[in-house]
Amino acid sequence: MSPVSAAETVGTPPAPARTGRLLVYGAAGVVWLALLFAPFLFPDVRAQEVAARICIFIVLVASYDLLIGYTGIVSFAHTMFFGLGGYGTAIALKAMGAGWDAVLVGGGAGVLAALVLAALIGLLSLRVKAIFFAMVTLAAASVMLVLASQLSQFTGGEDGLIYSAPRLFSAATKLLADADGKSVRLAGVALNGKLAAYYFVFFCSLVLYLLMLRIVASPTGTVLEAIRENEMRAEAIGYKVVAYRTAIFCIAAIIAALAGIVRAVWLKYTGPDVFLSFSIMIDILLMVVIGGMGTMVGAIIGVVVMTLAQFYLKDIMQFGADALSGVPFAPSLLDPDRWLLWLGLFFILLVYFFPAGIAGTLLKKGGRK
Amino acid sequence: MEAGATKSVIERLGGVGLLPVALAIVALPLTGSFSSWVTLTVAGLAMGMMIFLMASGLSLVFGLMDVLNFGHSAFISFGAFIAASVLAALAGWAHGPSGALNLLAIVLAIGAATAFCAAAGWFFERVIVRPVYGDHLRQILITVGALIVAEQLILAIWGGAPISVPRPAILRGSLVFGDVAIEAYRIFAFLLGLAVFVILSLVLNRTRIGLLVRAGVENREMVEALGFRIDRLFVAVFVVGSALAGMGGAMWAGYQGLISGTIGSEMLILVFIVVIIGGLGSIEGSLLGAILVGLMGNYVAFLMPKLSLASNMLLMMAVLLWRPYGLLPAVKR
Repeated sequence: MSPVSAAETVGTPPAPARTGRLLVYGAAGVVWLALLFAPFLFPDVRAQEVAARICIFIVLVASYDLLIGYTGIVSFAHTMFFGLGGYGTAIALKAMGAGWDAVLVGGGAGVLAALVLAALIGLLSLRVKAIFFAMVTLAAASVMLVLASQLSQFTGGEDGLIYSAPRLFSAATKLLADADGKSVRLAGVALNGKLAAYYFVFFCSLVLYLLMLRIVASPTGTVLEAIRENEMRAEAIGYKVVAYRTAIFCIAAIIAALAGIVRAVWLKYTGPDVFLSFSIMIDILLMVVIGGMGTMVGAIIGVVVMTLAQFYLKDIMQFGADALSGVPFAPSLLDPDRWLLWLGLFFILLVYFFPAGIAGTLLKKGGRK
Repeated sequence: MEAGATKSVIERLGGVGLLPVALAIVALPLTGSFSSWVTLTVAGLAMGMMIFLMASGLSLVFGLMDVLNFGHSAFISFGAFIAASVLAALAGWAHGPSGALNLLAIVLAIGAATAFCAAAGWFFERVIVRPVYGDHLRQILITVGALIVAEQLILAIWGGAPISVPRPAILRGSLVFGDVAIEAYRIFAFLLGLAVFVILSLVLNRTRIGLLVRAGVENREMVEALGFRIDRLFVAVFVVGSALAGMGGAMWAGYQGLISGTIGSEMLILVFIVVIIGGLGSIEGSLLGAILVGLMGNYVAFLMPKLSLASNMLLMMAVLLWRPYGLLPAVKR
C-alpha cells in the first residue's frame, strides 16, 4: 500500500484497515471462485466431497453467526435444526422413493419442525437470562440426539439412513450425451449427475449466503447489532428485544434446516454423526469464532481454515509424533487423533487475544468490546 | 378462598420442597409393585445425590461469579478417571476380605479425585476464567475451549476404550428388607451426598465465610464496597465447586461401573437441567432439582425406557414456564 497521505479525509479508512479489507474480501472471493470451479480444478472424488462440505458449512456457520455474532445469542441447538432438515428429507426420500416431491415434502416438514421448535424455545427461554439460553438449547439438542438414535424405526438409529437422491443427481445420469451415448466431457470432467449435484449444492449455498448478507445489511440487521451492544438501550428506544431475538433465532433455524436438506441430498446418507453429534456443534462454534464473529465473511474464512486444519494438522502431528517417538508421553499428545487438543488450545488463545477472529481483526470490526 | 387456604397449607408443609414427594406418590400406582417402587425411589435418591454433588458447585459458581462454566464437566470426567485409576492401583485393598481396607481404598480414591479437581479448579480459575470475568460470550467460548482440551487430555492419558470400575467388596451387595432389596452402593451415595449437603449448608448459614458468600450472591458490588476481598472468595468457591464435581464424578464412576471419556459431557446435560430447575446460586435449589431429576429419570426409565432423558427435558420446560427463575433461586436476575 502507498503511504498514508496527509490529505486523507475522515471517510476513508486508514491504510492498515484497507489492506485488511482487501485481504479478507479477496480471500472470500477466491474461495467462492475456487468453489465455483472446484469440479474442474480438483477433479478427484475426495476433493469434491470437501468442496461440497465447505459450501454447506459456510451456510451453516454464517447462519450461526447471525445468532452469536450479530445478536449475541449463544445457542447449542444449531445442529438440531440442521438435523431436522436432513432427517426430514432422508425419511421422505426413503419412504416415497427418490423424487423431488419427497425432497419438497420431507424438507418442508423438517423446516416447519425447525421453525416451530425454534419459536417454542425462543419464546420460552429468550425472555429470561441470556445465559439460560445456552443451557436450554444444549439440553434440547442432546434430547434430539438421543431421540434420533433411539427411534430407530424412523431414523435408522446409530446407523442412520441410506437412500437415493433424485434421479438427476445419480452418477449414471448424462446431462449431455455424445454420439456413443456417453457423457460429454468438458475440460476432462464428465457432465454427469454428480456434477449436477455439486452445482445444486453450490448454488443453494450461494443463494442462502447472499440472503443472509441481505438480512444483516437490512434495518433489522442493525437492530440486532444494537441489541447485541446494549440490550437495555435497544429496549428503551422501543424495539421489542424478545421479538427480534426470537425472530432471528427462527430465521437461523430455518436456514440451518435448509442447509440440512442440501446436505442430505448430496450425501445420500443421514445419520447422527454427520448431522446431530455434539462434535459438529463444536466445529461450527470453532469455525465462527476463528473466522470472526459478526462479520459474515468470517464464516467463509473460518470454514476453510478449519477444514484445511482438519486435513493438514493431522499430517504435521503425525510427523511430530514420529520425530518424538523416543520421548515418553509426547507421541500420545501428538497423535493425529489428538488434533482437536491443539485446536482447542489455539481456540483459547484466540478468544483471549483476538476475540474478533481472523476476519474481525483484519477488518477491525465485529467481536465485542 | 378455598384455593388460598390450600396454598398456605402447602407452604407450611414445605412448599416446592414437596414436589419430590408428590412425584413419588404419583409414581407408586404407575409402577405397579411396591418393591420395585422402593427400589426405583432409592435409586432415584442416590442418583439425585450424586448429581447434587456435581450441580451444587456449578450453581454456586454461577450465583457468586456470574460465570457459566462449561468446563465443569471436565472436572466430573477427571474425578471419575482418577478414582478409577486409584481403585485399580489399590485393587488388593479394594477387593480383599478386610472391610476396613475396602473402605480405605474408597476413601483414598474419592479423596484423590476430589483433591486433584480442587487443584485443577484453582488452576482453571486463575488461568482460564479470570481474564474473562463479566463477559458472558467469551466465558462460554473459553470454557468450551477448555472443555475440548480437557476431554482430549483424558483421551490422551487413559485412551479411548471404556474403563471398567469394579465396586469395592464392601459396597457390592444389597441389603434386604422383606422383599425389597437395596444396593449398598446407593445407600453409601445417598449418605455421602446428604453429608455434603449438611456441611455445605452449615458453612453457608452458620459461618462468617458463608455469610460473605451468600451476601456476594445477593449483591456483589455491595460486598466489595464494604471492603471485602471478593476475588479471594471467588477462588475458594470455584475450588470447592470443582472438588465437589470431582467427588460426584468419582461416585458416578463406581455407580456406572464402566466409564468413557464422554462421561462428563453426558452428565453436564443433567447438571444443567438440575441447576435450571433448582434456581441459580442456591444449594437447596440444587438438591431439590437433583432429587426431582433423579426420581423422574428412574421412574420414567422403568415405565418408558426411551423417554428417560426427554422426560427431564420436559420437566425443565414445565418448571421454566411456571417459574422462569427456577424453584428456589437465591437471586432473581
